[in-house]
Amino acid sequence: MAERAIMKGNEALAEAALRAGCRFFSGYPITPQTEVLEYLSWRMYEVRGHMIQTEDELTGLHMLLGASLGGNRVLSTSSGPGFALFHEGMSYLCGCEIPAVLVDVQRLGAACGGIGVSQGDYEEVVHGGGNGDSQCIVLTPASVQEEVDLVQEAYDLAEKYRNPVIVMTDAIIGQMMEGVTLPDFKEHDINKYDWVYRPLKTNEMGKINAGWPGRSWTEQAKHLREKFASMQQNEQRWENVQVSDADVVCVAYGISSRVCKEAVKKARAKGVKLGLIRLVTAWPFPEKAFAEISKECKGILVVEMSIKGQTVPDVKLATKCGLSVYGYFSVDIVPDADIVVEIAEDIIAGTAQEV
Amino acid sequence: MAAKTFNIPTLMQGLPPHTACQGCGHGIAGRIIYEVIEEMGMSSNCVAFHDLACGANMLFAQKGNGFSGAHGRAIPTATGFKRTRPDMLVFSYAGDGATYSIGMQHTIHTALRNENITAIVVNNTNFGMTGGQMSPATLIGQKTTSSPKGRTAELNGNPIDITEVYSGMKIAYLARGSVDSVANINKTKAYIRKAFEKQMAGCGFSFVEIMAPCPTNWGMTALGSIKRMQDEVLKLYPVGEYIDGGAK
Ligand SMILES: Cc1ncc(C[n+]2csc(CCOP(=O)(O)OP(=O)(O)O)c2C)c(N)n1
Ligand code: SF4
Repeated sequence: MAERAIMKGNEALAEAALRAGCRFFSGYPITPQTEVLEYLSWRMYEVRGHMIQTEDELTGLHMLLGASLGGNRVLSTSSGPGFALFHEGMSYLCGCEIPAVLVDVQRLGAACGGIGVSQGDYEEVVHGGGNGDSQCIVLTPASVQEEVDLVQEAYDLAEKYRNPVIVMTDAIIGQMMEGVTLPDFKEHDINKYDWVYRPLKTNEMGKINAGWPGRSWTEQAKHLREKFASMQQNEQRWENVQVSDADVVCVAYGISSRVCKEAVKKARAKGVKLGLIRLVTAWPFPEKAFAEISKECKGILVVEMSIKGQTVPDVKLATKCGLSVYGYFSVDIVPDADIVVEIAEDIIAGTAQEV
Repeated sequence: MAAKTFNIPTLMQGLPPHTACQGCGHGIAGRIIYEVIEEMGMSSNCVAFHDLACGANMLFAQKGNGFSGAHGRAIPTATGFKRTRPDMLVFSYAGDGATYSIGMQHTIHTALRNENITAIVVNNTNFGMTGGQMSPATLIGQKTTSSPKGRTAELNGNPIDITEVYSGMKIAYLARGSVDSVANINKTKAYIRKAFEKQMAGCGFSFVEIMAPCPTNWGMTALGSIKRMQDEVLKLYPVGEYIDGGAK
C-alpha cells in the first residue's frame, strides 16, 4: 500500500532508493546532502543492506562499483566539492558499463563555495562527468515527490543501459519538507542480470571486466555511440507549461522551474503570454520539448541559479540558434517570479539584452 | 622422497602465457594464489580485484572471475562486492604504488573497519607499469627514474613498512612473504591460504605482502634481481607473520 508522509527531500530520496531495492550505500558527509547518509545509517540496517561511511567520496564510488558488479542496487550522494571527487568512479562506471544511481545536491559556488542553494554544477554533471567520453543520464527533480519518483526510475534506467544515472537536485529541494506518496517496496534480485559476477557453474568461464574494452576501440565506439543515441532518442523527459501560444518561453529546472511556474500564472493573469519548458532530464537534453514553441515566440528566457547561465548553450543547440535567448541568473538567491515576468515583458517590448 | 610434479592450477590452464616480463614476481605470485584457490575448492566461487598496473597481467592469465578497476582502488571495489556476496572468496591484488601511495587511505581505513576481505600486495619497490618510478616502498639509495641519484630521506622521505603501519591494529591477519626462493614461495603460499581461510571464517581483514623482483625496471637480470632481494630488500622487509588475530 502506497504510504503518505511529510518528509525532507534528502530523506525521501533515501527512503525511495531503499524501496526501489537499493541495499548498498557508500558515501561521505557534506552539506546539504548529509541527511541522506544519516538517514541510511540506521534505516539501511532495518532492510538488511549495507551503509558504509567511507574515507572520502572517491572511495564511495569504487565501493559501490564493486557492489553493483555483484548485482546490488547502489547509491551514493554528495554535493559540490564531494561530487568533484566522484569523477574517477563515474568514468569507471561508464567505461565498464556498470549501473549506479548517484546524486548531486547542488550547493553554491566553486571551491568550497557556500552551503546555500545554487545551480552551478550543470556543466560539470551534464557535460563533464568523468574522463574519456563518459556520459551519464541526468534527472532533475523539482519537488520532494519528484525526488522519490525519479530515484525509482533512475534504477531502471541505469540497468536498462548499464550506465550511471545522476539525480541532480539542489539544497532547497534536498532540505525542504513536503507531502509525498512513497511507493511500495520492490525486491531486487541480485542474480537478475547475466553480466553480474557470481559463483560459476561447472566449466563456466569467469567474467573479466577491466577499465578498457575487451574489443577494438572501433567496435567499442560504435557500441557506445548507439547506446548514447538510443538514450537521446528514448529518454528525453520534460514538462511543458502553456508553451504553444507563448510569446516568451522560460527554460529552467529544479528549484528555478518552480518559480517559473508561478511566474507563468502571474504573467497570464496580466495577459503576458509566458510559458515554461521544465527540464526533467538534463541529459539527454529534452530537445523535443522545443517543437511546441510557436513561430511568433519572441525569445527564450533561461532562469538558473548560476553565474554563467550554464543551460544556455544547450538551449541554443536545441533551437538551432533560431531564437533569441535571454537570461536571469540569480546565483545564490532563489529567482523572483515578479522579476521573471518583468524580464518577459522587456523581451516582448524589445528592450532586453540577449545572452 | 616422492617426486612432486609441477601442475599449473586448473584456472590457469589452456590460456596463452601471462604477459609479465621474464623474471617478474607477478607470475609466481599469481600462480600460488590460484594454487591455493584450487586447493581450497574455491575456483568457481572467487573474484579477483586487480589494480590496472603490472598485476593486471595476471588477470588475463586465469579463467575465473576477475575485475580490474582504477589504479589504487582494488581494495574498496573488493569491499563493495564482498558485502554483496559474502559467501564468495574476494581478494584484491595490487602493487606497492597502488597500495601505499594513491590508495593509502583504503589501506588504512579497510584495516580500521576490519573488512572481511583479503588484500594481496606485490611489493617490487617501484612503480613497475609506468617505467620504474620511486614508490613509497623504494629503499634508501635505490635508483629509480624519479630518484635518479638514489632515494634519500631528506629529499624523498623514508620507505614505508606496512608491518609498522598496521602494528597494533585489530585485523585478522598480516604476513609478508617473498618469491625469491622455493622456501619463501612455500611459506608465502601458506600465508595466502591462512589469509583466505580467515576470510572464509569471517575473521576480518587479512593482508599478505609479497616481496617480488622487477628485473626490467631494476635494470637487472632475473637472477641479479633475486640476489638484490636477498642482499638488500628482504633485510629491510623481512618475511614472516606479523598479526594472527582471532575471530571478528
Ligand atoms: C589515477 C591514475 N594515476 C596514475 C596512473 C598511472 N599508473 C598506472 S600503474 C601505476 C603505478 C604502478 O605501480 P604499482 O602499483 O607499484 O604496481 P606494479 O606495476 O609495480 O605492479 C601508475 C602510476 C593511473 N593509471 N591512474
Ligand atoms: S615491469 Fe616489472 S613489475 Fe612490470 S611486468 Fe615487468 S618485471 Fe613485472
